Amino acid sequence: MSSAMLELILEATLDTLYMVALSGAVSAVIGIPLGVLLYVTRPGQILAQPVAQRVLGIVTNIGRSIPFIILMVAIIPFTRLVVGSSIGTNAAIVPLIIAAIPFVARLVEGALNEIPPGLIEAAQAMGATPVQIITKVLLPEAKGGIINGLTITVVTLVSYSAMAGAVGGGGLGDLGIRYGYNRFEPLIMLITVAILVVMVQGFQSLGDRLVRKADHK
Amino acid sequence: MIKLEGVSKTYGAGPTAVHALKNIDLDVPQGAIHGVIGLSGAGKSTLIRCVNLLERPTSGHVIVDGQDLTQQDSEALRQSRHQLGMIFQHFNLLASRTVFDNVALPLELMGVSKGEIRERVEPLLDLTGLTDKATQYPAQLSGGQKQRVAIARALASRPKVLLCDEATSALDPQTTASILELLQDINRKLGLTILLITHEMEVVKSICHRVGLISDGELVEEADVGDFFTAPATRLGREFLNAFLELEPPQALVERLEETPGEHTHPVVRLAFSGANVATPLISRLARDSGVDVSILQAKVESIQGRTLGLMIAELIGTPETTSQALTQLESHDINVEVLGHVQRDA
Ligand SMILES: Nc1ncnc2c1ncn2[C@@H]1O[C@H](COP(=O)(O)OP(=O)(O)OP(=O)(O)O)[C@@H](O)[C@H]1O
Ligand SMILES: [Mg+2]
Repeated sequence: MSSAMLELILEATLDTLYMVALSGAVSAVIGIPLGVLLYVTRPGQILAQPVAQRVLGIVTNIGRSIPFIILMVAIIPFTRLVVGSSIGTNAAIVPLIIAAIPFVARLVEGALNEIPPGLIEAAQAMGATPVQIITKVLLPEAKGGIINGLTITVVTLVSYSAMAGAVGGGGLGDLGIRYGYNRFEPLIMLITVAILVVMVQGFQSLGDRLVRKADHK
Repeated sequence: MIKLEGVSKTYGAGPTAVHALKNIDLDVPQGAIHGVIGLSGAGKSTLIRCVNLLERPTSGHVIVDGQDLTQQDSEALRQSRHQLGMIFQHFNLLASRTVFDNVALPLELMGVSKGEIRERVEPLLDLTGLTDKATQYPAQLSGGQKQRVAIARALASRPKVLLCDEATSALDPQTTASILELLQDINRKLGLTILLITHEMEVVKSICHRVGLISDGELVEEADVGDFFTAPATRLGREFLNAFLELEPPQALVERLEETPGEHTHPVVRLAFSGANVATPLISRLARDSGVDVSILQAKVESIQGRTLGLMIAELIGTPETTSQALTQLESHDINVEVLGHVQRDA
């Protein structure tokens, strides 16, 4: 294989990592608070807002039910507005973030759901404010579950980013389509897939290790 | 220290409403250990949760140390809650925090400085016997150790009152005894007022000064523990006591018991006597003085917080005149007599 080809593969790998890292980070920053909000505004919870909670839940579900490939195309005008272009890695990051936010939010809500209600009650009995309950009880107690959710998100983002690449987003998916499929170079296709597999394995075992460290169960 | 005035709690509304508490009045003086006992679903948890307003009463007042908590806004209530430590049946420790950090939590919530937290947590770990566990996580502890952490945590804000919701129900008898001893120790050393709810007579017997009996949302009986164990005033109280003492008349006899005396019946009685009476050779004197024969079916001597308590189930054999005279004589000796029924003479 030519060194030019190797360079292309390296570049595509870095592009994929860049897309996954940036979209993962941004969706975590927005999705975690959203997940907390979904949880604490439930009826009977510490900041119960049943109506707002329902609306938020419906919006989240809509976000989760749109197939990624359709979302990507549908928001092209918005993507253009944000990054000034509808192709390239930066353009791919916008739909990735939008798809991942409701995903993260639901996973975080699920992790919070695992906390025994007695812990919240104990904190209330100690005179904790709702904000203190979130920062000192909910988030630390759900840390393992949240990391687990983020791991699932990152793994999903790896495959979504490959999909984004297929429509001109750059990265390994783009490379695989352009060389492996269009020019029929099976070796390139194989290498691309192999790198994606290694990437997913790597993220998963890193996530598992972090979860083990966070959980004292 | 704790005063409930006409506290009621209703869950839901309309025909499906559950009246969990009905017009409860309770007064627990400073330094007392007050128990509330009742069957499952009687409203015990609701009652104790109303004291720190985890559950807001539908009506009535909760007054702790002169402050009416039901009148306070949420900020004032949070401050008041620092005066009310609470421990739970399932401990409710944070799995993500070490023993030390669990005990430190209430202080962090109050904004106490790191240095002061250390100064205050260490003596508490010492008091509860956890010094060598400070850096362990709850998952590494036994149930009894977890409850000790919970107790240390409840004491961290230096409360005046400790609320215990079935604090020993998840523990084995030995561990229960050691936790109760710790609570008693805290009550004596710190002068802490303790309100505890339980369904176990053993808990009431070991450490409570006074006890209330709750049934179907109502406080049906309240007494000093010694009196309650000698002469419960209600049927439910007697059932609790008999089940606890395992002092029931033999089944064969129960089947023959009749409610009203007939022409040829003997009364079967349950006698409870405390203090000096226990030592008196009471029964033989009774036989001598009144001429009735006393057939003892079951007897037991219990020690309840330093008071000796004798219990007996006996059949009084004599004529209607002599047996009624014997009963009067027993009562005049301050013996609590309960006629369980009557059996046919020659059955
Ligand atoms: N949040 C709630 N909503 C509706 N009903 C409730 C609620 N909490 C308690 N109840 C009802 O109130 C009554 C008293 O319940 P409570 O938990 O106080 O009983 P308890 O004496 O503590 O029983 P246990 O010994 O089983 O814990 C029960 O009939 C129960 O079903
Ligand atoms: Mg209960």
